[in-house]
Order: sequence, then C-alpha cells, then structure tokens
Amino acid sequence: MLARMLDSDIWHSFRSSRTTVVAAAVTIVMVLAAVLAPWITPQNPWDPGALQLIDAFNPPVWSKDGSWQFVLGTDDQGRDMFSAILYGLRVSLTVGFLAVLFAMALGIAVGLIAGYVGGVTETIIMRLADVQLTFPTILIALMIDGVTRAMLPADLHNRIAVFVLVFAIGISNWVQYARTVRASTLVEKRKEYVQAARVIGLHPALIMLKHVLPNVMGPVLVIATVGLAVAILTEATLSFLGVGVPPTAPSLGTLIRIGNNFLFSGEWWIVIFPGITLAVLVLAVNLLGDWLRDALNPKLR
Amino acid sequence: MIAYIIERVIQSLLVLVVVALVSFAVFQFVGDPVQQMIGQDTTPEDVARMRRNLGLDEPFLVQFARFMGNVLQGDFGVSLRTVRPVNELIAERLPATLELSGMAALFALVFAIPLGVFTGLKPQHWLSRAFLALSLVGISLPTFLIGILLILVFGVILGWLPTFGRGDVTRIGFWTTGLMSVSGWKSIILPAVTLGLFQLTLIMRLVRSEMLEVLRTDYIKFARARGLTNRAVHFGHALKNTLIPVITITGLQLGGIIAFAIITETVFQWPGMGLLFLQAVQFADIPVMSTYLLLIALFFVGINLIVDLLYYLVDPRLRADRNALERGV
Repeated sequence: MLARMLDSDIWHSFRSSRTTVVAAAVTIVMVLAAVLAPWITPQNPWDPGALQLIDAFNPPVWSKDGSWQFVLGTDDQGRDMFSAILYGLRVSLTVGFLAVLFAMALGIAVGLIAGYVGGVTETIIMRLADVQLTFPTILIALMIDGVTRAMLPADLHNRIAVFVLVFAIGISNWVQYARTVRASTLVEKRKEYVQAARVIGLHPALIMLKHVLPNVMGPVLVIATVGLAVAILTEATLSFLGVGVPPTAPSLGTLIRIGNNFLFSGEWWIVIFPGITLAVLVLAVNLLGDWLRDALNPKLR
Repeated sequence: MIAYIIERVIQSLLVLVVVALVSFAVFQFVGDPVQQMIGQDTTPEDVARMRRNLGLDEPFLVQFARFMGNVLQGDFGVSLRTVRPVNELIAERLPATLELSGMAALFALVFAIPLGVFTGLKPQHWLSRAFLALSLVGISLPTFLIGILLILVFGVILGWLPTFGRGDVTRIGFWTTGLMSVSGWKSIILPAVTLGLFQLTLIMRLVRSEMLEVLRTDYIKFARARGLTNRAVHFGHALKNTLIPVITITGLQLGGIIAFAIITETVFQWPGMGLLFLQAVQFADIPVMSTYLLLIALFFVGINLIVDLLYYLVDPRLRADRNALERGV
C-alpha cells in the first residue's frame, strides 16, 4: 500500500515541487501544534487563574526587556502570546475544517440531486446558486452571523458561537461544490455503469451515493483545499469585525482584533504575531491547493 | 437582441424582489427593536404605542408591501437606532464609501495594468518573479491585516499619514467630498490602498496571463514579421486584446470592493455605509439593514446586467453563436 503510494504520479509531482513540500510541512507543523497545544504551551491562556497582571505587556524575548518565560511577549492581561496563538490556531483550524465539511456535504448533496434528478428541482437549485453567487461570501456570512446574533440571547450565542460561525461560513460557500458536482454528475449520469445500475433497479439514492459520488470527488477535493483557506480567512475576518468567536476563547482573528487596540501604544507584538501566523497558514494551504489542482488536472499531465 | 435584453432585465428584477423578500423576512425574526429602546420606567402602554408608531404590530405581508411601496418612492423608513430617516443616513454615508471604492479601483487599475504588461512581456525577469511572489502573498493576506500593517508602518512608526476618518470634508450640494483638502487626500491613501490591493494582484495576474496568451498568437507573429516596432506590437495590438476580460473582471470586482469596504471602513473608522451596516447589525436596526442589502443587491445585479450586455456588444462571436443556435444550426 505504502509502496504503491510512493510510486504514484501524485507523489512524484509532489516531490518535484519544492514549494509544495515546504507548504505541506508548514501546514502539518501548524496542525500538529494546534492539536498538541495543551501539552506544548507553557500556559493555558483561557484560564484566568493562570494569568498574572504583573506579566502584562512583556515584549518578545529578543527585545531589551524580553524574557525566555514569554518568548513572543504577553498581552494586556499577562497572557503568553505563544500559548494564545497556538490555542487560537486550534479554534481557527476547527472552524475552518468544520465549515468546509459542512459546505462540502451540503454542496455535494444539492449538486448530486440537481444533476441526477434534473427538471424543475435542478432549475430551482441552480437559480438559487446563481442568486447567491451574485453576493460576496463575506457579506452572506456576516449577515447570517448577524441575524443569529440578534435572534439568540447573548449568553447562548456566546456558547454556540463556533457552530454559528461554521453554519454561516458553510452556507456562504456551498455553491461552488454544488456547481462542480452537478456538472460532473451530468456527465457521469450518461455513462453505462449508471445505466446498468438503473436497469437492475437500484434505488436512486444508492446510485448517487455509491456509484456517482466516488467518481465526482476529484474536483471536490481541490475546491475543499482552497476552500479551507477561504474558510479560515472568513472566520478571521468575522472575528476581527467582532461578530465571530467570543474573546473568552479567542481565534487568530479575535487575537488580531484585541491586539489592534494596542497598535498605537507601541505593543506591536500583540497584533503582529497572530497576524503572521494567520498569513503563513493561509499561504501554505493556498499553495497546497494550487498544487493539487495542477496535479489532479489530466490536461496538464 | 431585444428579447435577450428583456429576458436579462426581467431575471434581474426577479432577483431583486427575492432579495428584498428574503432580507425583509429574515429581519422580521431578528430581535425586538422596541426592547432596545425602552428604559426601566417605560410603561406597557408606552411600549404598545411605540410598536404602533413604528408599525410593528401589523401582519408580515402588510409590512412588506408597505416597505416595498415606500422603497419605490425612495422612502426607506426610519432607523430604529438613531430615529432618523434611513435615506438621510445613507445619503450622508454614500459619498464616503463611493469615494473610497472609486479611489481603490483607480489605484488597482493604475498599478495593475503596467505591472501585468511587464510581467507578461518579461516572464523570466527577476522583477517579474518578485512581483508574482508578492502578489501571492497579497492574496493570502486578509484585508484587515493589510490595513493594520499599513497603519503600523505609515501611521505609527513613520507617522506620515492619518489612520482614521476622512480628514477635512467639503460639502457640495448633497455630496460631501474629502478630495478638496490636503488632509482629505492624506486620509484616503491608506484605506484606498488597503481596499485596492487585492484587486491589484488579481488584475495584474489576469493581464499577465492574457498577455502571455496573446503574444503566442499568429497575428502578433505576423505583426512582428511586418517589422512593426516592439512598442506598436505590445501596446497597439497585444494589450488592446487583453483589455476585454480585464474590463469585465474589473466591473465584477466593483461589487467585491463595496463589500470589502465594510472591513476597510472598520479598520480605518471611515464614516461610510459599511460602518453604518456593521453598527446596524449589532443593534438589529432592521430598516438600515434591509436598505443596505437592497442597495447592494441593486448595485450587484446592475453590474452583472451591464457586464452581460457589454459582453454581447463587445464580442461579435457571442452574437453569431446565439443566432446560429436560434436558427437551429
């Protein structure tokens, strides 16, 4: 199994692109750091009891007043920035992954149905998709988040903020998956194996899930990779605007929002380090997506 | 041709009505604005009276019909937060957003086209590679982070440019402009660059790939064979043919600029419509939110329609294809 994988086209195209290898390494390190955050951070930044106000506004280790205790400095409450960033990375990646999964599931389901069933169902779904495509995703996510915020009591909203975000970002991104899956389904539907499955009387749902779906997954994976970068950025933007995750469990976007308040008083490290982390993460995922698109594109082989 | 235009216009109108209905329906369930306006000593009678005055006690469809009727007459209701007519609020904020978006688009075009031409003509030059790498970084940086970095460098460290507000504003009729004063020009630089940077990278990459494509075509080879100067070939023939997709994408991106203005306006405390919308979302100010959404929808649908029609006018092949299709060939 492993030997076969190491000999495949994809693996060779991966090995031959140095940028891609670096991007993959960066992504893996960041995901690992986020997963292992509770064990590798010196401090639990979400535990108010662990914070000492006397440690507030420590600059990073290489400045004059820095210390090795807080490598990347501390914020106004004496929170270690390194720990806060790793925990923030956790939230950002969780929201990103869940949002992509949600958008993917919704888009695939809707796309399969539209492509396979056709007729009025298809027209309605694709018109809806067209209307939604007229608006930028950030605006739709902002609206959904704002609406739920106003509908739910503030207390409840804070507790389920992560799920609201996943929902908002997922809803604003399903169209691409639906369009791609529909287009591929239209092609697959005419092929003989689908005709055969139909002739032996399989249930349409079974044909869609077991036979058509595996054959339309390639392009979906490419969209999902780029979509992860988009989802992480959308989450960060919403959190920065103050409508994302609450400051009690800050994501990278929330950290940047908090740090922005100290921009003018000279504590630049509170905003810059979460910003760099976010930018590097998104860049790495984007590069992976670019490579995957080329590697899976039969025209370029 | 006329049938095509009518079809597209009807489709666009349908989209607008759907957006209006959806936005109005959704915001019906959003919070209770009266709850946010009353104090501790407001009597139930006062609450009922406020409800009646704001028209919140009537059935949904009646409220929607009245809303649409008023909208068509240019009356967008009264903001629940500031108790001022919404069209007054919008009229106050619209110039700031349009000025910012216009400058951002201008900035993007002015830099993107020459950079795109250069990277297209000399793909192997080290400067081209540097520009391309930079543009990838630019795409990965979120708008708000670019704004923060610019503030840090040019506002805090260097202290060259103001970091919030519009500067001194001059009033001309109903329009307010910051472009008549030095402080206004200084104030618009950072927000416009922040807002335009993404479009700049996008258009630059587009011009580059279009140039690479066009330079391979036969008519360019023929132009060279005829001994035309490089300048004539590059700018008279190649660039001209790359401009159609560039115009289209730029037009479509205008909508994106307006949407991302929400973020830029927040970072720079720019007193535009985006900031107004964000405040409205936080306060559940339904009339302002629905008006903003309707205006945005009108804007987006309008742009899409114009781009579609331009395509039809600019590219004769589309017309030929369509005629062939209609004749059943």
